[in-house]
Amino acid sequence: MLTAILVMAGLAIALGAVLGFAALRYKVEGDPMVEKIDAVLPQTQCGQCGFPGCKPYATAIAKGDADINLCPPGGDEGVKKLAELLGVEVKPLNAEPKPKSVAFIDENTCIGCTLCIQACPVDAILGAAKQMHTIIASECTGCELCIPPCPVDCISMVPIREDLTNWKWRYPVFRIKPA
Amino acid sequence: MRELHRFPGGVHPSEHKAESSSRPIHEAFIPRKLVVPVRQHIGQPAKPVVELGDRVLKGQMIAEADGYVSTAIHAPSSGIISEIGLAKVPHPSGLPDLCISIETDGKDEWIAHEGVDWRIMEAAALRGYVRDMGLAGLGGAVFPSSIKLDPAGGPAIHTLILNGGECEPWITCDDRLMQERAEEILEGARIMQHLLGAQTLLAGIEDNKQEAIAAMRTAAEKLGLDIDITSMPTLYPGGGGKQITKTLTGLDTPSGGRTTDVGVQVFNVGTAYALARAILHGEPLISRIVTVTGHVLRPQNFEVLIGTQMSELVMHAGDREAMTGIIMGGPMMGFDVPNLDAPVVKSTNCVLAKSEETFPPRPREMPCIRCTQCVSVCPAVLQPQELYWFARARNFGKAQEYHLFDCIECGCCSYVCPSHIPLVDYYRFAKSEIWAREKEKRSSDIARERHEFHLFRIEREKKEKAARLAAKAQTKKTEAPTLAPEEQDAKKKLIAEALARAQAKKASITPKNTDGLPEEKKTEIAEIEARRAKIREVAKQPVEPEKH
Repeated sequence: MLTAILVMAGLAIALGAVLGFAALRYKVEGDPMVEKIDAVLPQTQCGQCGFPGCKPYATAIAKGDADINLCPPGGDEGVKKLAELLGVEVKPLNAEPKPKSVAFIDENTCIGCTLCIQACPVDAILGAAKQMHTIIASECTGCELCIPPCPVDCISMVPIREDLTNWKWRYPVFRIKPA
Repeated sequence: MRELHRFPGGVHPSEHKAESSSRPIHEAFIPRKLVVPVRQHIGQPAKPVVELGDRVLKGQMIAEADGYVSTAIHAPSSGIISEIGLAKVPHPSGLPDLCISIETDGKDEWIAHEGVDWRIMEAAALRGYVRDMGLAGLGGAVFPSSIKLDPAGGPAIHTLILNGGECEPWITCDDRLMQERAEEILEGARIMQHLLGAQTLLAGIEDNKQEAIAAMRTAAEKLGLDIDITSMPTLYPGGGGKQITKTLTGLDTPSGGRTTDVGVQVFNVGTAYALARAILHGEPLISRIVTVTGHVLRPQNFEVLIGTQMSELVMHAGDREAMTGIIMGGPMMGFDVPNLDAPVVKSTNCVLAKSEETFPPRPREMPCIRCTQCVSVCPAVLQPQELYWFARARNFGKAQEYHLFDCIECGCCSYVCPSHIPLVDYYRFAKSEIWAREKEKRSSDIARERHEFHLFRIEREKKEKAARLAAKAQTKKTEAPTLAPEEQDAKKKLIAEALARAQAKKASITPKNTDGLPEEKKTEIAEIEARRAKIREVAKQPVEPEKH
């Protein structure tokens, strides 16, 4: 009887020690779910979801505080990917998806106030006080966060035009010709 | 006799080669206007180096290679640069691209040019020269030749294959080139072999081109070149790089790899010819042989200046009524050119005029019946029907698992499909979607990194500012108590003294403009000053209220 208790107690202590060691040794920094969700989000950092960036939105989704259909830049495709990742039903996007655009500064109107530079979440605007500002188009995510702070309304969004570098083969469809 | 191997799959479409193969190559004509796109090869588009209104000579570089994977573009004839801007190009999308247009003057005046001695030139310099001569693979992929000729950074190349397969129906440009210019092709092959350091030199030509085989063998004998010119059985797509490698050497290219992974480099005969012209004569790639066939009066091969409009070329071959369109390339791998005015580019091996009879519209797509005929003809040993389902359902991850990117888009599957499913269109759709996604993923990763750095920078700036303010406050605090009370008193005394001095000075000030005046004037001024002083005294006394 006593041996049995001792054996069981010994086993419990030994296994507990192993588990405790494993918990410390293989500790995962941060929430892996947040990272996974963040990887799916388009990283425009636009805040259209109501959160101040993609990572906070990912955190909110992981906690269950936010719906998966709040990201207009991700589009329906993004909602689908999130639904797949989280194992939930696909929902229609709660906003109209917009064509992918980049910001453009009208240099004739720009007064060099630097307000847009401070607003840009990815530091894609180049300029200094009382100097001309310009968008680094290749880094612009099209979040539109630079538009409201501009005091002279010199920033506009220019949709990215289709050219040979970003053209895609269309989904094959059979064209029906009128007889 | 070399032992031949059989690559998997393949089909026998009707050849239609006799139409154009019997006539000799028609020499180049000079159109009024040449429209030369800067993006004719895989990689970075060339960078224009001429300006509007410049006069250029034939063979003059008009756009230089931009980056490693790029090649130069040259003026195909002499004339004036009339436009640098977006113009129609042969592309399935029909979208315009940057082109340099030349208004030709008809003189066809060459720029000074001469060949180089490749035997003594250093390999790297020779490859740079090849790049500046605008060479790119003329078999259809237009990969810059200078890179393919660089053996560094990969397995050693033991075999160089000269590809004269030309398996695609209707096309005969390589056939005629081999018949008429075999010696120069072999000269080019010799230089390629020299650059690659390949021990074995092979040439594969399909057995439906007996004259070409004979011409090449005669030329090899004449040049004394050690080359094995092999007649291969005619089977589409036997002219594919991986397929010809298998046929001639028996080597299988690994999935996701290139023939260079097994030590074999493949060059089209047209590229070898262009290389010989460039190195031995200093002539850049400004023209190529184009088969003009199909629904035209005189199907023939033409030497065509790059930039010649396709509609003009068709006119030269005798345009016929009821032409329904143009295919660039062959019926298996080519594509419908949306604008007939698009120019001939380096990759244009064939301009195929369509009509209702020769190319009836594709019948309606029917459901897949899973007959797996496509599996038995696929030369890449894929499962085309599975790939089709995955591409159709936009299940791209699964499509990649089934080796979608090993598909060479040869069109065998679509050719045999009893349900007339445009299978290759589905694969192209899936491939470009996957590429677009990868690109998007890359840019979103960069955006994430930049955003994280932005947040870090803001935080850092905040901290730095706080630290600065704290340091300032600290210095103030430490400086203040150093002044002892007696010192402060001394300071106050100093200030009081200074004030008193200033007041005294102010009081003692006399107008300076009175110097050097006569005595009577001075006494007058003194009187006036005395009166003023009196008035001031009066003014200082308190005013008594007036009594009534």
